[in-house]
Amino acid sequence: MLVSMSINGQTYSHDVEPRLLLVHYIREYAELHGTHWGCDTSNCGICVVLMDGEPLKSCTTLAAMAKGHEITTVEGLAKADGTLDPIQMGFHEMHGLQCGFCTPGMMVTGRWLIDKHPNPTQMTEHEIREAISGGLCRCTGYNNIIKSIRWAAAYEANAAGRR
Amino acid sequence: MATTETAPGKHPDWVAHATGGAFGQVTDAPVGHGHMKRKEDARFIRGLGNYCDDVRLPGMVHGALLRSPYAHAKIVSIDTSAALAHPKVAAVVIAKDLETLGLAWMPTISYDTQAVLAGDKVRFHLQEVAFVIALDAYSAQDALQLIDVEYEVLPAIVNCRKALDPDAPLIRDDKVGQTDNLASPEWEAGDRMQCDRVFAEADTVAVRDLLYPRCHPSPMETCGMVADMNPATGQLNIYNGNQAPHAHRTVYAQVAGLPEQNIRILCNDIGGGFGNKVPVYPGYVCAIAGSIVAGAPVKWIEDRSENLVTTGFARDYLMHAEMCSKGGRISGLRVNVIADHGAFDSTAQPTKFPAGFFHIVTGSYDLDGAHCTVKAVYTNKAPGGVAYRCSFRITEAIYCVERMVDALAMEMNVDPIELRMKSFIRPEQFPYETQTGWVYDSGDYHKTMKLAMEMADYEGLRREQQEKLANGEIMGIGVTFFTEGVGAGPRRHMDILGLAMNDGAELRVHPSGKAVVSLSAQTQGQGHETTFAQIVAEELGISPNDIMVRHGDTDKTPYGLGTYGSRSTPVSGGATAVVARKVRDKARAFAAVMLETRPEDLAWEKGRWYVKGDPERGASIESIAEYAYGPNPLPEGLEGGLDANAVYDPPNLTYPYGAYISVVDIDPGTGKVHMRRFIAVDDCGVRINPMIVEGQIHGGLAEGVGIALMELISFDEQGNCLNSSFMDYLLPTALECPWFELGETVTPCPHHPIGAKGVGESACNGAPPCITNAVIDGLHKAKGIKHMDMPCNPARVWAAMNGNAQPPQ
Repeated sequence: MLVSMSINGQTYSHDVEPRLLLVHYIREYAELHGTHWGCDTSNCGICVVLMDGEPLKSCTTLAAMAKGHEITTVEGLAKADGTLDPIQMGFHEMHGLQCGFCTPGMMVTGRWLIDKHPNPTQMTEHEIREAISGGLCRCTGYNNIIKSIRWAAAYEANAAGRR
Repeated sequence: MATTETAPGKHPDWVAHATGGAFGQVTDAPVGHGHMKRKEDARFIRGLGNYCDDVRLPGMVHGALLRSPYAHAKIVSIDTSAALAHPKVAAVVIAKDLETLGLAWMPTISYDTQAVLAGDKVRFHLQEVAFVIALDAYSAQDALQLIDVEYEVLPAIVNCRKALDPDAPLIRDDKVGQTDNLASPEWEAGDRMQCDRVFAEADTVAVRDLLYPRCHPSPMETCGMVADMNPATGQLNIYNGNQAPHAHRTVYAQVAGLPEQNIRILCNDIGGGFGNKVPVYPGYVCAIAGSIVAGAPVKWIEDRSENLVTTGFARDYLMHAEMCSKGGRISGLRVNVIADHGAFDSTAQPTKFPAGFFHIVTGSYDLDGAHCTVKAVYTNKAPGGVAYRCSFRITEAIYCVERMVDALAMEMNVDPIELRMKSFIRPEQFPYETQTGWVYDSGDYHKTMKLAMEMADYEGLRREQQEKLANGEIMGIGVTFFTEGVGAGPRRHMDILGLAMNDGAELRVHPSGKAVVSLSAQTQGQGHETTFAQIVAEELGISPNDIMVRHGDTDKTPYGLGTYGSRSTPVSGGATAVVARKVRDKARAFAAVMLETRPEDLAWEKGRWYVKGDPERGASIESIAEYAYGPNPLPEGLEGGLDANAVYDPPNLTYPYGAYISVVDIDPGTGKVHMRRFIAVDDCGVRINPMIVEGQIHGGLAEGVGIALMELISFDEQGNCLNSSFMDYLLPTALECPWFELGETVTPCPHHPIGAKGVGESACNGAPPCITNAVIDGLHKAKGIKHMDMPCNPARVWAAMNGNAQPPQ
């Protein structure tokens, strides 16, 4: 079956098996390897991407279900000129990653949280914990991921204040 | 909170990167040890890591494993004809095909053998039976369904005590002379008679049966390999994230009979290891055999169920322990262990220690007598016994001693910290030889324990506990004081499969003054590209941003045994410091020629040699490097260039330690344990990069929370593993982990070149007994409960509260 979707603003179109999973479409057809795979059962959040701005576990979504939708992966966070998104800066600044395997899913989730929160600099620790609780990380113990997301929110507020 | 004057989008790190500077470069980047952001982040935050499943080679095909649905069964027949007829299947490999290649069995890291593909019978649930190679991964899975295997089911044993019954079915009938299910002879440490005397004179004795249940390291990236055998050249390239690439290469050379120099292992990036990526797995050998058979690169990536059920598990130690006191302090410890090794003995251990380092079980205490025995058995469970963030069974030892100190304090009716304080090895006793033969190098345990008590407000917590108890609430306070032995190890004492546990380092300073250091250690996320650059920077006085750390390619790095058992900094870090000092010495000889003086007349300050008494006359490392490669006269006896290599043989293990205090609240109605606080004071000696050290502690604490409260690999009576997904094997999320409160004391390791001790596993050793002690403290004060085994999940805690504290298996 023919499937078309937008990934990071670029249109992809392929003839695929109906059973093809979105994570495999992203990795094998769109050849974007930044989205990883961890469990098959929607439990680990490694494969999270944004579909129309909402987090989605791409290991339990068929590529066909993404037809006509807009997907954002880790490769779509930075600007076209390579300028990093504040969420990427935050993870670096606050040591929010170690092995890097869960990082793409955590960063797009963090991006979504900041975007949808009415007052990102006032996010509580519990709100951040709850938002990322669909993802597993074995390296960081989550403390620094929480700090990373807060850093990004503060950075953006600071930047907006100067404009 | 960091604030910045930089405009958005012009982040200083990104600017540095875009202009050719290193990503980790910040204005306060230390020239040496200190807080420094990581260089490796640059690729990971962009989604540009290169993990095993990211490898794509021209003509690559895909492998998948057919696994046994039974834990113990004879294989009557295997029919692969329908699978072979699948239009996208290239080959199907079964045991008899491997026999012709001499690959049917492989050695484990404990001198046992393990079937690569089962030929005679299967011995654990989901054991490997056939390997399918197809043009794509989905077709390989389809073809697995087309293989017809006839089994004759045998009774399965999943209980280590039952494995020792005289009428228990024999699991390892493949081993000549094997008549029972003992995996190795009983092993002992300590003086039994002395220990008996100490117990005979004791005031109080505590006795407990402790089970450290089977759990699993579960890195977020599962195991996998791309094997690429070039039939024309005989060159085998292996893309595989593993923790010991050089040792793996040697094993493949031995197993496959391939020339070792023709094998190249490329680890690239690894999505976590935690011990799970130490062993060689059947899937790896199948991928290699598959590439030989198919004449094409073969990719095999296991799924999560395969990872959880079949790859290296951890623990599964049943410990009968007795601890006694005399005159208010701990005087003796006696432990008898049955270790469940599963169907093949592939437990992680240096050769001379069949039970790994379990005999460090005397912990941080000055005892008068100690004795331990360990008996290992085969069961119909997956093989493993790898260390899950643990140095060769030290985690089990620390759990045992720290649970027993609390049990003894309970029997003596004294405070558990008071008993520890009275029993600690005192600072003036170091170097201290334990009752089981370890020589601890240094420590000031009282100081570290006191700091943890201050941070926690221990007395305040105890008062709060009393108040809550009066209100019918259950609050528990847990304590642990652990001492690890890490950094294996001295070649006179230990080896793995005949390979001494040393590590190499090579360092070359280029004419421009920029350097490359090559390591045999293998990062799985620990930040070696930053930390090891900082070690060289500290020794040579050049910026860590000008030092590239190379690892993960056996063709381009020196030989060594890799990264596990917290050995990177203790062993490879030692090698790196030593090689940098060799380069510094060589630079001194060059500087003497340049400055027309004698080497002994030169003094060192970070980054330059200068003439004693005339500090203006000096030569920087950069200028010396330029000179060393230039058409200049050489110092007598030296060759040109500025480089060196080293192989570091540690004189002793290092002994990091720590004092942990945890606070839990237990819901009396549901048994749910809420982790309220966790205070961790670690002494890992000199901290090269405090940010990375704290990150390591955070990760270990989180894994400890999981082990204590959630994680369990269990089996039904037929031997089926019941935990094949993250729905059944529960790992802690951000909601289960508390905010970790960290403190530090620094007691430099006296024999390590930079005084560092290793820290990666400390927290995962200290946390499980600390949290379990907290739960039991709460349950004891509220309900009189004396012991329960991990995991302390709601159902099990509720059962314990209702007088039914059963072991989980």
